[in-house]
Amino acid sequence: MKYAAKKILMLLVTMVIVSFLAFAAFELISGSAADTMLGTEGTPEQIAALEEELGLNRPFLVRYFEWLGGFFTGNLGDSLRYRQPVAELLAPKIGVTLCLSILSFLLILVVSIPLGLISASHNGGVKDGIWSGIIQFFMAIPPFFTGVILTWVFSIILHFYNHGQFPGLNNDFWGSIAYLIYPAVAIAIPRIAMTMRMFRSRIQNEMNSGYVRTAISRGNDRNHVLSRHVLKNSLVPVVTFLAQTMAEIVAASVVVEQVFAIPGLGRLLVASIGDRDFPVVQALVVILAFWVVLVGTLADIINQRIDPRLRLGGGAK
Amino acid sequence: MKKRITAAVLSALMLMGALTGCGTKTETPKSDTPQTETNGERANEISVGIANDLSESLNPLKTGYTAGTREVMFNVFEGLMKLKPDGNLIPAVAESYEVSDDGLTYTFKIREGVKFHNGDTVNAQDVAYSIEQCKTPDETGAMAEPALQMIEKIETPDDSTVVFTIDHADGEFLNYLTVAVVPDDYTEQDTKPVGTGPFKFQSRTAQEAVVIERFDDYWGEKAKLDKVTFKIIENGDSMVLSLQSGAIDYCNHLPTIQATQLKDEFNIVEGSMPLIQALYLNNNVAPFDNELVRQALSYATDRRQIIDIAFDGYGSVVGSSIYPTLGKWFDESLSELYPYDVEKAKELLTEAGYPDGFNMTITVPSNYPQHVDTAQVLADQYKAIGVNVEIQPVEWAAWVSEVYKGRNFQTTITGVDAHYPTARAMMERFMSEHGKNFINYNNEDFDRLMTEAIASGDDAQRTELYTEAQRNLAQHAANVYIQAPADLVAVRKGLEGVNFYPVSALDMASLYWAE
Repeated sequence: MKYAAKKILMLLVTMVIVSFLAFAAFELISGSAADTMLGTEGTPEQIAALEEELGLNRPFLVRYFEWLGGFFTGNLGDSLRYRQPVAELLAPKIGVTLCLSILSFLLILVVSIPLGLISASHNGGVKDGIWSGIIQFFMAIPPFFTGVILTWVFSIILHFYNHGQFPGLNNDFWGSIAYLIYPAVAIAIPRIAMTMRMFRSRIQNEMNSGYVRTAISRGNDRNHVLSRHVLKNSLVPVVTFLAQTMAEIVAASVVVEQVFAIPGLGRLLVASIGDRDFPVVQALVVILAFWVVLVGTLADIINQRIDPRLRLGGGAK
Repeated sequence: MKKRITAAVLSALMLMGALTGCGTKTETPKSDTPQTETNGERANEISVGIANDLSESLNPLKTGYTAGTREVMFNVFEGLMKLKPDGNLIPAVAESYEVSDDGLTYTFKIREGVKFHNGDTVNAQDVAYSIEQCKTPDETGAMAEPALQMIEKIETPDDSTVVFTIDHADGEFLNYLTVAVVPDDYTEQDTKPVGTGPFKFQSRTAQEAVVIERFDDYWGEKAKLDKVTFKIIENGDSMVLSLQSGAIDYCNHLPTIQATQLKDEFNIVEGSMPLIQALYLNNNVAPFDNELVRQALSYATDRRQIIDIAFDGYGSVVGSSIYPTLGKWFDESLSELYPYDVEKAKELLTEAGYPDGFNMTITVPSNYPQHVDTAQVLADQYKAIGVNVEIQPVEWAAWVSEVYKGRNFQTTITGVDAHYPTARAMMERFMSEHGKNFINYNNEDFDRLMTEAIASGDDAQRTELYTEAQRNLAQHAANVYIQAPADLVAVRKGLEGVNFYPVSALDMASLYWAE
């Protein structure tokens, strides 16, 4: 219980710090929401009037604490650009990005762990080199490029899905999921390669370590040692790495959502930064921070299950 | 056993590699791609791809109405007068008008039974209200249009008559009466716009789409399509893929390289964009305050090469701030004023005191890839005269506040357009005291020519003065003028009736599916 309380407190502190930094960043970059809204035609009087209307002319800290107060009472404010409540604007998009992230993550998990295991069995030699080559190759493919290729093959040539016509989760859930598989693959490919490399090198390290050699020399079956001991010991850093990946997936989805024309958070984030629409950006930044901390915490809990030595405080008996 | 699995996985991966490899190469043989809508009747609607979401407010009178927003809303709103593709004006909400002999009084008869999309009938008060809004921009937040200040008085003797009294005769006045007519008692114009155009606004989803539907009570020739969906697709690759997959049927402002990929299923129609792309120079900052330097840069610019490299050969070279579709005001000879001549450029630079060249910065709005590409070609060309260019891409918001409003820049590449198809609308901004003179051009002759042209009551004389002013900008090399870019439109085969206008407009009313 104490552990949970500590984590929740940490989560809140992280979110406040992150939101403050994001808010401060908006102060430092030039151009305000009024500038983008009025564009090149706005007269200085009109800009001043609009900044006043939007409350942008008040001191930085006043605006920040007002926002923070609103946030803690569940009011995310209104989008400056779209003049509608931020929550209303985000609601339909959160589900899309969440589904995309989960799909990508599942793909990474399902593909990289078995492949990592298989590839790790060749330590040194030609096959090891081939695996390294393949991994390097796939690590280097940027998701937007894979995205264009996948669309070409699966939408334009094979007609498996209709590019640019995302059905929407509420209209057709399974149709939407089928559409999201392609961007999920685009996001997953380089990360599968990275996870494989990580997992592979961990296993190979462990296999060379003293206790494994001892176990094998005492007549234990190699595969048995691998699955009973090596796997467990190699998993801890991999779980941590996967948690980081989970956070990175959200970042990758920014680009991929544009390529696949999916109405998700990533596209909204990019547009809102460009528009200097800070209530939207603040809300997104806080959601992302929450996400990162949450996944990190989950990884900690899983790792403690795998490796009891990591259990601190009340956990150990 | 394990080896066999490894082999299987390996070959699967190889296959994937081969597949991705193929993907890049299959760009040419794609003619066998079946049409997506061949099954059954084609719905009488289309989807149009647009690169940016519309402005925050959809109220046509408000400031900040971007060119992209004007293009879409061209279908929803119209004024007393309406522009035709050839640049001529026809009465729209007005049925007819009379001009007094001294050219100072315009009497408009409002067309009988013109309806707003909300069902109300247009009356003289609505017209007066709409134009009044634009006359007092600082109070109403309307778009400031200095030309409308020439109106001294608006009178509405009865419900179907509006009389304008202007302070001097001006044959261009009618152009400014294309200002949208909106209801005078409607408060939701920002989000649910109501006009009199051939299409009515139906819905808008932030960052996704804007939908318009045919307005069945339209006074004139009704739109042929039932419905048009404008889909927002920011990414250029995604735009082309959406055309190919059948998600959209129409897209303008196509980057040219992409246009060539689409020729099997689409007609590519070429028009000219109503804007001037130039290297805009801050005339207040050294060395660009020196006319010789500006002329040297103009000689060192190979415009044809820019068009060939960055625009695949599409575009018309210009030499001043008037684009070709402005017709009578466009002086074609100016395009040849500064032929590409490195030696001449070097001479001028030496004369100006920069024999070894100098360093300069081009600030480019990064959301316009074509301007960034142009900057790269220019940077390369200027090496020949010893000028080192640093390209500084900035976000649009930063560009507006720093470059355009703050005038804190050396040079920038952008496209300057106008809301009205007149010489005045394009050039007035370069008068020394004008609020939008972001290049700080300061030339007494130019100011005088413009002041005289604006005040002139004689159409022929005014045209002459504007032509002089246009030459003034070119001769003093106010900017390094480049081109009026081509507007390439991809239209799905079978869809006919594409129109181009000398202002930003995406006319949907004329489009129809030919069977």
